[in-house]
Amino acid sequence: MNIAASNTLPWFAAHEGRLIWRDFVSLMTGGKPQRTALVGTIVLAIIAGMHAFAAYLVRPALETGIVADKATLLMISGAVVMFMSLMFSQSIESVTRAYYARSDLDLILSSPAPSHRLFEVRTTVLALQTIMLSALIAAPLVNVLIYYDGWHWLSAYVVLISMGGAATALAVLMTLALFRLVGTVRTRLIAQIVAAVVGAGFVIALQAVAIIFGQGVSRFSFFTASDSVAASPDVWSLWWLPARAIMGEGDALFIVALASSVLLAGVVGFSARRFARDVLATAGMVERKAAVKPFKGFARRTSIRAGLRRKEWALLKRDPWLMSQSLQQILYLAPPALLLWMNFGNDYGIFLVVVPVIVMAAGQLAGGLAWITISGEDAHELIDTAPVPMRTILLAKIEAVFAIIGVVLAPFAVVLALFSFSVAAWMLLGGALSSASAVMIQLWFRSQANRSLFRRRQVSSRIATLCEALVSILWAAAAALALAGSNLALVPVIVVAVVLCVAWFLKPVRA
Amino acid sequence: MANPKSQEVAALEITGLEKTFDRPAVDGLNLRVRGGEFYALLGPNGAGKTTTLRMVAGLLEPDAGSISVFGTDARADPLAAKTQVAWVSDEPMIYEKLTPLEYLEFIAGLWGIAPDVAEKRSLELIDWLALQPHAMERCGGFSKGMKQKVALAGALVHEPRLIILDEPLTGLDAGSARLVKDVLLSRVAAGTTIIMTTHILEVAERMAERIGVIAQGRLIAEGTFEELQGRTTKEASTLEEVFLDLVEEDDATMMRSLAA
Repeated sequence: MNIAASNTLPWFAAHEGRLIWRDFVSLMTGGKPQRTALVGTIVLAIIAGMHAFAAYLVRPALETGIVADKATLLMISGAVVMFMSLMFSQSIESVTRAYYARSDLDLILSSPAPSHRLFEVRTTVLALQTIMLSALIAAPLVNVLIYYDGWHWLSAYVVLISMGGAATALAVLMTLALFRLVGTVRTRLIAQIVAAVVGAGFVIALQAVAIIFGQGVSRFSFFTASDSVAASPDVWSLWWLPARAIMGEGDALFIVALASSVLLAGVVGFSARRFARDVLATAGMVERKAAVKPFKGFARRTSIRAGLRRKEWALLKRDPWLMSQSLQQILYLAPPALLLWMNFGNDYGIFLVVVPVIVMAAGQLAGGLAWITISGEDAHELIDTAPVPMRTILLAKIEAVFAIIGVVLAPFAVVLALFSFSVAAWMLLGGALSSASAVMIQLWFRSQANRSLFRRRQVSSRIATLCEALVSILWAAAAALALAGSNLALVPVIVVAVVLCVAWFLKPVRA
Repeated sequence: MANPKSQEVAALEITGLEKTFDRPAVDGLNLRVRGGEFYALLGPNGAGKTTTLRMVAGLLEPDAGSISVFGTDARADPLAAKTQVAWVSDEPMIYEKLTPLEYLEFIAGLWGIAPDVAEKRSLELIDWLALQPHAMERCGGFSKGMKQKVALAGALVHEPRLIILDEPLTGLDAGSARLVKDVLLSRVAAGTTIIMTTHILEVAERMAERIGVIAQGRLIAEGTFEELQGRTTKEASTLEEVFLDLVEEDDATMMRSLAA
């Protein structure tokens, strides 16, 4: 029972806390409390594994001793920027949801409770969620550093919290600015595209820079390259403030924490009073009317499958948000495309990098599109009541997905074929198999869902998401090994077969 | 009014229909709807109306029993049965990114209607349902009433012999509700069979030729309004009073049998 006085900050905080905790438990246990012990054991095992891996990574650096030289500061700063881009991306998503998700806002805003308190609590919760997400990734590394190198590394957690607060504040500011600049209807779309680009963009940009300067495709190549270290500012530059704070320097830590707190408090104070007004604006928004085109008559001589395919493409084309979300995978094709362009015809080995990335992206893209067309069918009852065999309907949807995959892969295939037909053929074969596997998994695990839940589709079936990711990675590995002429290519193929069998056995029973 | 010729054929014949979720939702239901009649299926919340109609439309698989649509066994040959049926739920099943005409073109394609026929019918329906000014706008910005009218046009474009409507008037304003009712009555006059569930009992009283009352998954009463009036123990002048009395009586009978 919530014992805090009603409508106060603690009361709202207790309410939010209860909802989040129940969501979390439900997410972890799949709504089956008896699984808690099993899930707890698995989580502990994963945490232990991550710590072991972190220890393996930092041990060489610990043996030589970690000092605040330019190379170390550059490396830590690179990690800070990478984490900040991830946190900012996550915060934009969360803040947008806080404004646009109707769930309980209508209830609370129609009550006499002060809405700014709710916003203050929700912004804090968003900041905490962002921090937790990044902490999950960073904690093993920080803990290992604390254990082997000393307590001063605890300050890394303070910087992480400060970064989470700053990222949330910036996300709120950006959302408010978009409200004023482009209006409530376009803000959500633009914010989500920005979130996707910021989240993936920094990593992709790092890879691109590394490729251009011939340092390989590792995300950290740029920070470890001697040229980058030489071109960096002096060790006493203010640019290194966050890095120094992480390493435990008191002054730097104080400045970073203070700056973040002031920023977050200022933004929350500024935006909380406007929260109700902005939320009401999003509630009153209507879809911008598309330009009315003259009626040209119905299409002639069309089959049921052609009609279904056309419908799927039209729905996707007319939904910029969904299109941007599902085609996000293509962003990850930018570095291999650049690599291909930079090294075209010079080095066969480069294909060992490019082809697997394309194969993996094809699988992920196909999985997403299959979810949209099959599970995210908006009028499933209409389709189910039509006198058309389910097989025909599913076939048409799969054709629609494969046509899009074909359009995405075609330019890569053409460029690769100019160099070597066999490389292009391996890429197409790998892409097709990866896509087919992902689509099969989505077919087995299909369920009725709203398309707007695309970003949270993994919640409905974690098994399907895991299997989909696994088969994409495995087909990528198989393609790389096959290109290298290794018989070991059969190993990932066999593992794919096992994963697909597991998915088949675990698929939900249909009534 | 109903076409007497088509009344000879059973539009829908349900025998011993059963469906159990965590408890029996439909419990040995028998129902016969004549061709060309307007039939209202009433019942309290959770009585099994929607479950029954979803099984007829092919959206749920029955546990037991048979469903025949104009003589076609819907369980043995669902596609042949679906060709003759249209289903309209209270939540309009439309695509928000399509225009009404694109939506009708898509549905006509699903039901295999020739494009030239479908186009002519669609334009007529758009006109009839007063959707002409919005025919080329996407449905996303439409009101609930407009969406329901588009969904109804979708149900009519393939000229089904049996139309099943689950709470079609929920959330409609008076003007839209009147238009939908007029459309339905004109279809019945043309020989189409309509089965409708509704909680607006005045609508059922005024529009339906026969009324079936379902409670706890069974048909507890059936007939014209006057016939149902005759079955009640109390003085009842409206369908609402008749309905409440029948359901109360069934509850009491159930309680007595449980006690026994």
